[in-house]
Amino acid sequence: MTNRATATIHGWLLLLPAMACLALFTHWPAVASLVESFYSTPRGRRPARFVGAENYQQMLADPIFWKAMSNNLWFALGTIPTSIALALLMAVWVNDKIVGRTWVRMAFFTPTILPMIAVANIWLFFFTPQYGLLEQIIHAFGGRNTNWLGSQDTALYAVTVVAIWKEAGFFMIFYLAALQAIPLNLGEAAAIEGASRWTYFRRVQFPLLMPTTLFVLINAVINAFRMVDHIFVMTRGGPDNATTLLLFYIYQVGFSFWDTAYAATLTCVLLALLAIVAFVQYGFLERRTHYR
Amino acid sequence: MSAAPRPVAVATHSDPYAPRGLSLTLESAGAILLALIWVLPLAYAVWAAIHPAEYTTRFVLTAPLTLDNFTRAWAAAPFARYFLNTFILVTMILACQLVLGTLAAYALARQDFWGRDVAFALILAQLMIMPDALIVENYRTLSRLGLIDTIPAIALPYIASAFGIFLLRQTFKTVPKELDDAARVEGASPLQVLMKVYVPLAKPTYIAYGLVSVSYHWNNFLWPLLVTNSVESRPLTVGLQVFSSSDQGIDWAVICAATLMTSAPLLIGFLLFQRQFVQSFMRAGIK
Repeated sequence: MTNRATATIHGWLLLLPAMACLALFTHWPAVASLVESFYSTPRGRRPARFVGAENYQQMLADPIFWKAMSNNLWFALGTIPTSIALALLMAVWVNDKIVGRTWVRMAFFTPTILPMIAVANIWLFFFTPQYGLLEQIIHAFGGRNTNWLGSQDTALYAVTVVAIWKEAGFFMIFYLAALQAIPLNLGEAAAIEGASRWTYFRRVQFPLLMPTTLFVLINAVINAFRMVDHIFVMTRGGPDNATTLLLFYIYQVGFSFWDTAYAATLTCVLLALLAIVAFVQYGFLERRTHYR
Repeated sequence: MSAAPRPVAVATHSDPYAPRGLSLTLESAGAILLALIWVLPLAYAVWAAIHPAEYTTRFVLTAPLTLDNFTRAWAAAPFARYFLNTFILVTMILACQLVLGTLAAYALARQDFWGRDVAFALILAQLMIMPDALIVENYRTLSRLGLIDTIPAIALPYIASAFGIFLLRQTFKTVPKELDDAARVEGASPLQVLMKVYVPLAKPTYIAYGLVSVSYHWNNFLWPLLVTNSVESRPLTVGLQVFSSSDQGIDWAVICAATLMTSAPLLIGFLLFQRQFVQSFMRAGIK
């Protein structure tokens, strides 16, 4: 046997356990979702039959699907820019020698390691009408009572706030690492040129943080489609689907209504969205940064 | 995934843009204010948990302290069993992830063979298609395997981790080839080289990945919710949800106590090893 053939056998033997698991729980289910989205849901004695694009037609005519998509879009638009901007602000602050730096950094990062399902309980109480913490604060300032989670106008904002609170500190640490990697002589040079601190940030620091921003952005986009744990505790998608996100709707269709074919169809939409993110990343991000 | 360059050792220059005097005071005040807002939910949960129920929304400094809420929560649901389940779950996942990840990463980093790049691309696909998106089909697979409502069922979709493989591959690539060659000259087999040379040198990566993995799976909720329906297999997150949504109604003091209890091991670990936690998450993201 040639050297290369031996290496190939060794290589694939080493890869085999991981590849088998990935094939079974990532590649196969992705393909199976696509196939199943063209079949009907088997019910009782009726087996699944090929229905062509019927599931997709049903989806396009489904007002809850569109509601979930628009909710998810607003959730993404609400969480992504705000959490990234806050993360950057936190990192700049914590990078300076401010008073109580260690404690401040710890406070920002703590939500990252807490279970979302647990903190959602606390936030649920925070937003509770009448005697919740937020109501008490508003009341102390003479404001009106609002049922934050029970009103269609505010429920999505409430779950968005929780998501921002949860992930901003996580993104902060990437900015912090990147800020610490910027050589100090750049600052000295800028200071000699007489640049203001804002100019230094805008023209030197921020451009140098661009790879980090793109990395954080990709993560934030994926999170916007993945974070649903708090929905289970705080609203269960309500009121009247005002907080139903795409993944939560997949859960409802697949595991409450047991319409598996339609759930597979919705899964394909989610996979397509994630594929677009991946496409943008490999076409845009990977060209600018490299790992070797 | 790649992002920022690694932090470099910085010479001890003084930063001309470091805030001083008034601007430092303002910046500190802003940062501390935001930090207070950030800990407010947690601080509130602590308040509610350690005071009697009538003080849950009445903030008086003279309120008596009590551990009653914790004992009531502990007695109201099988939390001991949930703790055990979660402990078994995160240990099982981490152990499998490390074994599978180490083998795969070694192949990808140091073996040159036919189909390697295709394999790497197939593995990286999981970074985008996270297991959470495939709950419907994965549930079907596990019920075919007859594993529904078992702890291995929660673990299986996660034990091959693209993230872990990628992280270890990057680390193994930094190991000097000379060390590898030297060990082979001594007559070590490829697996011995892996165990004696690569694994010890990658220890910081293992610790970083371990912390991230344990935190993630300790906190994971959606998938465990779907595949478990009994006390014997339910992890803490699902147990907490069952407890707070059905058993307790609106006894917030007890719910807050239960919430703190479920988060306690990670929270205490984080407070004790803050630096390691932050650096682990940082390292895991940067590579």
